[in-house]
Amino acid sequence: MSREREIKVGYLSRVEGQGSLEIKVSSGNIKELRLEIFEPPKFFEAFLVGRHCSEVHELTSRICGICPVPHQITALRAIENAMGIQISEQTRNLRKIMNYGCHIASHILSLYFLAAPDYLGCESVFAMVKDYFPIVKRALQLKKLGNDLVELIGGRTIHPVSAVVNGFTKIPEREDMRQMRQRLVDAKQDAADTTKFIASLNVPQFVRKCEHVALSNPEEFAVNEGLLASTEGIMVEEEKYREYVRELQVDYSWAKHSEIVGRGAFLVGPLARVNLNFDKLSHDSKKLAQEIGFEVPNFNPFMSHVARALEVVNAIDDCVKTIDGVPLREEDRSYEIGAGTGYAITEAPRGLLYHSYEVGEDGAVKKADIVTPTAHNARNIENDLRELVPTIADLPDEEATLKCEMLVRAYDPCISCSVHYVNLDRTKKRKS
Amino acid sequence: MTEKLKIAVVKMTGCAGCQMEFLRLEEEMPFVLEIADIRYFVMAKRENLEGPYDLTFVEGSVSTPRELEELKELRSRSKTLVAFGDCACHGCVPSILNWLPPDVAANTVYPNFEAIHSKKESYRKICPLGEFVTVDIYQRGCPPHKNTILEVLRSATLGIAPFLRRHPVCVECKLRENVCILTFEKRPCMGPVTAAGCGAICPTVNRECEGCYGPMSNANAQSLAQKFSEIGLPKDHVTRKFRKYAGITSAFAKEADNR
Repeated sequence: MSREREIKVGYLSRVEGQGSLEIKVSSGNIKELRLEIFEPPKFFEAFLVGRHCSEVHELTSRICGICPVPHQITALRAIENAMGIQISEQTRNLRKIMNYGCHIASHILSLYFLAAPDYLGCESVFAMVKDYFPIVKRALQLKKLGNDLVELIGGRTIHPVSAVVNGFTKIPEREDMRQMRQRLVDAKQDAADTTKFIASLNVPQFVRKCEHVALSNPEEFAVNEGLLASTEGIMVEEEKYREYVRELQVDYSWAKHSEIVGRGAFLVGPLARVNLNFDKLSHDSKKLAQEIGFEVPNFNPFMSHVARALEVVNAIDDCVKTIDGVPLREEDRSYEIGAGTGYAITEAPRGLLYHSYEVGEDGAVKKADIVTPTAHNARNIENDLRELVPTIADLPDEEATLKCEMLVRAYDPCISCSVHYVNLDRTKKRKS
Repeated sequence: MTEKLKIAVVKMTGCAGCQMEFLRLEEEMPFVLEIADIRYFVMAKRENLEGPYDLTFVEGSVSTPRELEELKELRSRSKTLVAFGDCACHGCVPSILNWLPPDVAANTVYPNFEAIHSKKESYRKICPLGEFVTVDIYQRGCPPHKNTILEVLRSATLGIAPFLRRHPVCVECKLRENVCILTFEKRPCMGPVTAAGCGAICPTVNRECEGCYGPMSNANAQSLAQKFSEIGLPKDHVTRKFRKYAGITSAFAKEADNR
C-alpha cells in the first residue's frame, strides 16, 4: 500500500481542452487534489455586452466546437425569452432534432474516441484501427450520422448557420429529410450494438451518491426545454436557476465551480438525465437498458458511458418520431426587438447549459451570464476523485493514474466551454 | 510513398471546432492514417510524442505567455506550420475582446481576477500566430472545411503548396446559382470581402455571409462598408459586422474601429 504518492497528469489527454490533474497523498491522506484548468479564459460574458441580440447565438457557438448546437439553441431561447417571442412548433422540433444530432456525434466521439481506448488497452482510436476495425467503422458511421443530421437542419455541422432568432433561414428539403429518416432507422442496430459493446467494458465499480441535476419535461425526454430538476427534489422553472445554483471562484483554475445553494457540488450529464428521466426514454432504449441490466438511479459516474450509449438509441428513436411530425414549411420569422431579460437552460451532450441575457431597447446585450456543463461538474469530479483515490491505493502508479484519468473522461469534460478552467511543463515533456 | 508525414494537432485559445473538423474526416480516416503518422494530438491521443513534425496544425490564438512559449517551440520543431482556422489566422470571435479594457473584461467574469491571474497569467488579449512566428499556411475558416484539411495533407505529401482559395465567397455563390442577396435584397452580406472555401453556405441557406473565413486578398472593406450604409445599416451595425471574425486584421481594422 503506497502511503506517499503523487499522481500528476500535466496535460489531460482525450478530453477537450487544456486541463491537468494533480493529486498528492501523504501518510494515506489526500493532501492536495486539483483538477486545474489552464485553458486560457475567453471572457465571452464581457465582450458579448454591446453585441446585437440577433448575433448572440452565432458568437456563443464559438465557445465550443464540440457542442456549438446547444450553445446556439440556449442563446436563441434566452434571447427569445427576453423579448417575449413565441417560437413555432416546427422551430421547436427542428431545434430538437438538431440538438439530438449534436448529442449523437458528441456521444460517439466520447465513447469510442475518448473513452474506449482505455478499456481496450489502446492509446487512441487511431491505434484501435488495427485490431478493432469493425468497431471503429461503426463509430465513424454513427458519428457521421449525427454530424450530417446537424448539417441538414443547420446548414453546417460545426457552427451551424441557419438557426436564427424565431426560426430557421431555410427549412430542409422534404426529400433530404426523408433520406435522413431512413438513415436513422438503419443506424438503430449500430446504436444498439454500441450500447451492448459499452456495457461489456469492464467499468470500475465505484458508487458515490451525489445530487444529479438535469432538465426534466413531463411531455418528453428533455433536451431543449423543461424544468430544472434534481435527484434531491428540485423541480422549478428555468428562470429560477440562479436561486439554486451559485458559482465560486477557485484560484487554481480558470473554470469557476458551481454548487447547489446550501448543499454543494452536483453532477450533470447523461447519467443525471437518464436517472431523472428514465421513463421518458424511448421504448427500445428502456428495453435495451433492461437487457444489459442497467437500473436507475445509478450513482456510478463510470456508468455515464452506458447512459451516453442509451441516449444515442433514444436520440435516434425520438428524431424519427419528431421528423414524422414536422410539416417542413416556410414560416414567418419576423419579430419585434424589445427590452427584457431572458433565461434558458438546455441539455448539451455533457449536461446542463445555462445562458441568460439582458437586452436593451435597441437590441444590444447589456448583460450576459453563461454556465457550461463542465463548470457545473468541475467540483463534483474533484469530489469523486477524492473518494476514488483511496480505493486504488494498492495499484501501481501508472495504473492508478490511468484510473483517475478514466474517471475524468467518464464526465467527458469540455474544458474550452468551462473557462471562463497549473504550473506545468508541458512543452518540455510532451508525453502526458 | 516512402515515409508517412509526421503530423501534430495542437490547441491554443480556441473552441476545439477546428480539431473537431479534423475528426470529421470520418470516411477519409483510413486514407489519413495511410499518409500521416499522427504523433501529437492531445484531444485524441494519450501517447503524444515530441517533434520534429513535418506538418503542425495549430488551432487557436495566443493569449497567455505559456502559449507563446509553446508556439515558439513548436515553430522550431515543425517543418511546416499551419495556422489552423480563424483564431490562429486572425483571432476570430474571441478577438472582439481586444476592444475591451483588460480590467473590464476580467472583472465582468471573475469576482477576484487577480487571485487566479497571479498564478496563471493571461494577456486578456487575443493574438493570431503570425504576430510571433512565421506561418507557412493560413488555413482560414471557422471552422476550415474538412476538404481544405485534406488538401493541406495531400499537398504536404507531394511537397507542394496547398491550393486554398482567396477569391471572394461571391465566386462560390455564383457557382451555386444563388441570387445576390446584397444587390437584390439589400441585405448586408460580407461575401464580397470574405475569402472563399466554405462553398457559400450562408447565402445558399438564405442568410447573409458573416465573414467567418476572414478577409479575401485585396478586400475592399471601405467600399462594402459604404454600401452597407447606403442600404440603411446603422453605423454601429456596420462596425459590428467588421469587428467579428477578423476585426484585428489590417484589411478590416478601419471599419472595425469606426464608432
